[in-house]
Amino acid sequence: MNRFMRSFFPALALYGLLIFGLLLTLTPLWWMIAASLMPSGEANSVPPRLWPSTVTFEHYTALFTRLDLARYLLNSALLAGAVTAISLFINSMAGYAFAKFRFQGRDPLFQGLLGALVIPAQVAMLPLFLLLKQFGLINTYWGVIVPGMASIFGIFLIRQYLLAIPDSLLDAARMDGAGEFRIYWSLVLPLCRPILVTLAIFTFMGAWNDFMWPLIVLTDSSLYTLPVALANLLGEHVQDTEMMMAGSVLTVLPVMLLFVVLQKYYIAGIMLGGMKG
Amino acid sequence: MMNGLERHAAFSAWVFLTPALLLIAVFFFLPVLAALLLSFTDFDIYALGDLNRLRFVGFNNYLHLLQSPLFWTAIGNTFYFVILGGPLSVAVSLGAALLVNARLTRFPGLFRTAFFLPVVTTLVAVAVVWRYLYHPRYGLLNYGLSLAGIEPIDWLGDPDWAMPAIILMAVWKNFGFNMIIFIAGLQNIPPQLYEAARIDGAQAWAQFRHITLPLLGPTFLFVALMTMIGYFQVFAEPYVMTQGGPANRTLSIVLLMYEEGFRWWNMGYASAAAFILFVLILAGTVLQLKLRRRASS
Repeated sequence: MNRFMRSFFPALALYGLLIFGLLLTLTPLWWMIAASLMPSGEANSVPPRLWPSTVTFEHYTALFTRLDLARYLLNSALLAGAVTAISLFINSMAGYAFAKFRFQGRDPLFQGLLGALVIPAQVAMLPLFLLLKQFGLINTYWGVIVPGMASIFGIFLIRQYLLAIPDSLLDAARMDGAGEFRIYWSLVLPLCRPILVTLAIFTFMGAWNDFMWPLIVLTDSSLYTLPVALANLLGEHVQDTEMMMAGSVLTVLPVMLLFVVLQKYYIAGIMLGGMKG
Repeated sequence: MMNGLERHAAFSAWVFLTPALLLIAVFFFLPVLAALLLSFTDFDIYALGDLNRLRFVGFNNYLHLLQSPLFWTAIGNTFYFVILGGPLSVAVSLGAALLVNARLTRFPGLFRTAFFLPVVTTLVAVAVVWRYLYHPRYGLLNYGLSLAGIEPIDWLGDPDWAMPAIILMAVWKNFGFNMIIFIAGLQNIPPQLYEAARIDGAQAWAQFRHITLPLLGPTFLFVALMTMIGYFQVFAEPYVMTQGGPANRTLSIVLLMYEEGFRWWNMGYASAAAFILFVLILAGTVLQLKLRRRASS
């Protein structure tokens, strides 16, 4: 009895807190989905409803037929996809060079890049805007893509991963007379697969969720990404709660599914990034 | 003396590095330097059309900023967000990590995934969701509080509640990220330490105080630093939820920079604000590193 009591109460408190936390964490997401399926006006009832009286997809239909949401979805997917593909290629080459080659100035250069991580991105934004304006890239897809094509964090992640891979593999390939680019392409990249998947998820999600830079660069509404379109929609349709929730669901859902499917890689990436401290 | 093989290796390395370094130099380092220069000029909408109108004004932008009540409001709001929101977020993350990692917890993976979900959501989308949750009449939050007998609060409309509301939302959105890092840190602590402590009769709190906290030290520093740097840059939450209001009580430094730079095109002035933010982040980083060094010596 005594022993039972001693483990019963801590377990009760533990699960009480865990379930309380679960409710706090998931309720906003649950309500977002529920409200998006409610008939117009039902999300503004007293007391608030957590479940639609009848399930309707009219707000989703309205978003696609009247408000061009397909266009924004496509823009977001296109931009996030392009940034991911290009930056993966460029960052992996640089990470490989830092991990597996010896050359003068390598370590100070790498340290310098890492040190630059304390500079907030916003500091660069004003001149970057002027620079891209000179190149004629403002209000184009490339204006969003170009600044994301290389990232210090991406280089760091690849380098950390490659440091753990023995040089002997690469040396063997060199002995066989393989060219450097061939070694990178058909040996290093396949070896890096797990970390490339991780970095791809990070980059894709980062680009998909990014708000400030697309907001600055894209002025033509036909180029808007989902977050920019959503913030813009809020101005006109703040009263249409159910429709705004449908828009939020469509913005959040793709990245959330991506995470749920690939979370093993995502979590591994946070660990690798967090261990440098 | 380098031999041929080494020279070849160095050459290959630079070929692999060039695209990344070039991009980072042109689209990051160059703009950062340019921002510094820009902050000493009166770059405005006229200069945007005709560069001949650009004039060097020394420290004028900085002086104007420091004399502007609005800028001090933005500084105050940002510090409010960092000093209250940062530690709160780290504390919630640590609490969640301890719960998920507890020996008694079944299905830790399930709880971990659930707590992490808000992190992967789109900030703008969930800020929109929270705007409705905070609605004084129809919002779920006030309804929940009314069940506990608490009077409705106009979360985003009341100048005193708007910033706490934004902090609450930010903590909800972010805590899962640091939780993962804390879980990794907790799992690195050898279990034998706890066994030895239990044999010595140490209670749960004593174990936490004398084993968990000290051994989490480096993780703690990393998490605190990253959180602080991120929180200083708060932008989308007030942009979507309050537009800086009510009465400028949620206007952050980055929001001010955005408004000045990209709405009114006062780019010199906005660059100076961006640089002050950078200096604040740098000072905060150095301060935390110093405090940590003193604590460990």
